[in-house]
Amino acid sequence: MTELATYNFAYLDEQTKRMIRRAILKAIAIPGYQVPFASREMPMPYGWGTGGVQVTASIIGPEDVLKVIDQGADDTTNAVSIRAFFQKVANVAVTTHTKDATIIQTRHRIPEQQLEKGQVLVYQVPIPEPLRFLEPRETETRKMHALEEYGLMHVKLYEDIARHGRISTTYAYPVKVAGRYVMDPSPTPKFDNPKMHMSEALQLFGAGREKRIYAVPPYTDVVSLDFEDYPFEIQKFEQPCALCGAQGVYLDEVVLDDKGGRMFVCSDTDHCEDRREHGHAGEMLAPAKEAAE
Amino acid sequence: MNIKTQALSGGFQEPVFHSQGVFRMLMDGMARPGTVHTIAMDIGQPEPLGQAAGAIALTLCDHDTPTWLSAGLLKSPAAEWIGFHTGAPITREKAESRFAFVEAGVAPSSFGLFAAGTQEYPDRSTTLVIEIGALGQGQALTLKGPGIQQTTTVKLKGLPEVFPRLWADNRALFPRGVDVILTAGKSLLCLPRTTQIAVQ
Repeated sequence: MTELATYNFAYLDEQTKRMIRRAILKAIAIPGYQVPFASREMPMPYGWGTGGVQVTASIIGPEDVLKVIDQGADDTTNAVSIRAFFQKVANVAVTTHTKDATIIQTRHRIPEQQLEKGQVLVYQVPIPEPLRFLEPRETETRKMHALEEYGLMHVKLYEDIARHGRISTTYAYPVKVAGRYVMDPSPTPKFDNPKMHMSEALQLFGAGREKRIYAVPPYTDVVSLDFEDYPFEIQKFEQPCALCGAQGVYLDEVVLDDKGGRMFVCSDTDHCEDRREHGHAGEMLAPAKEAAE
Repeated sequence: MNIKTQALSGGFQEPVFHSQGVFRMLMDGMARPGTVHTIAMDIGQPEPLGQAAGAIALTLCDHDTPTWLSAGLLKSPAAEWIGFHTGAPITREKAESRFAFVEAGVAPSSFGLFAAGTQEYPDRSTTLVIEIGALGQGQALTLKGPGIQQTTTVKLKGLPEVFPRLWADNRALFPRGVDVILTAGKSLLCLPRTTQIAVQ
């Protein structure tokens, strides 16, 4: 606790928290709309999740249990350092178990386990504007959102089909929220898009460098953009997870050697570990200790 | 107690943790319209400001948020209390207010003069905190919209008769529009602009 006294609880000063809290409330009231906010310098560089960190710091309380994931994993650099940051500045309980967490800060994945009422999912967002690569001017993209003019996005998806025979966008796949705003779900694989639809958990998005906060309330329509003859599809994997044998989950490719050897494993490490603890095994899982001896 | 000391007393005993607690109620309330939340802590706010309304002011208002008060609140020590504890400038212009507090029994004749934001920046709108008789009893209303699984029913006592009509007008402006927090003593209930209200 002596270390804690150096900072205000959860690092940010109270005036900053109030400003971010007001932005969050407006973001929830206008689902999918990007609320500008006065993003602060954080003790980590832009691109490391400063937006998500500021949102988490503004909502977190002493009773919360925090989980942080980076591409689904609890044990990668970004996740470990952000988790340690909040342990230090807010002295909160942390966990790697999805079901035990009240706040889950995430970089580019939604946990495999279905989120529940009372949980809050905080996304770290690099580029919040889904139209940015089609129209670089902020004044123009704002007008397009204001007029609900999303033809350009459909043209982009159409050009994908004309060129590749299918919609080639595989991550940051644009969605329409509550029938009004087109929103960037952050660079999550499109595999995760259906989990955003009618989610029981509140979803908050923070973009620190771009200074935007947006939100999807629970039980809200989140529809991935598509065409009648080219409906939205998620990625499918031919084999199950090599460690836990899970099917219907998002898998990462792991290169094993320089002879083309590779394996596919769950990107959600908590889900994978939990399954292995419950006796599920994939084909490449090391044999249990007794068997090895 | 004279007006001056009333304005200076009260407030959150633990500003950091209490404002976080109240904010989480508001966040949960906005995310799940129609759910009733109760403020437990005593904040010593002067009449006719309600406990929940006072806690909302302490949590969200500061020097960046011009605040509008209804006539009864403006004349009462509540105006100085909000000014002292939050630093929020009290404004007489509805259009420039970020927050507006309305005491019980006063029906706003229209939301039209409050800031509704612009089509480009619909977030630059007023949040109205309206005190009513009671939450959980009285007239039954059906709510529908984001944050609500199908529909939910709320009971509100002392809601101004014109409210459903004003709300329908407000809904028609979407994405512009005001957001409302209804308070009754210690309890609060949020109505973000996306919520549709039908009288049962």
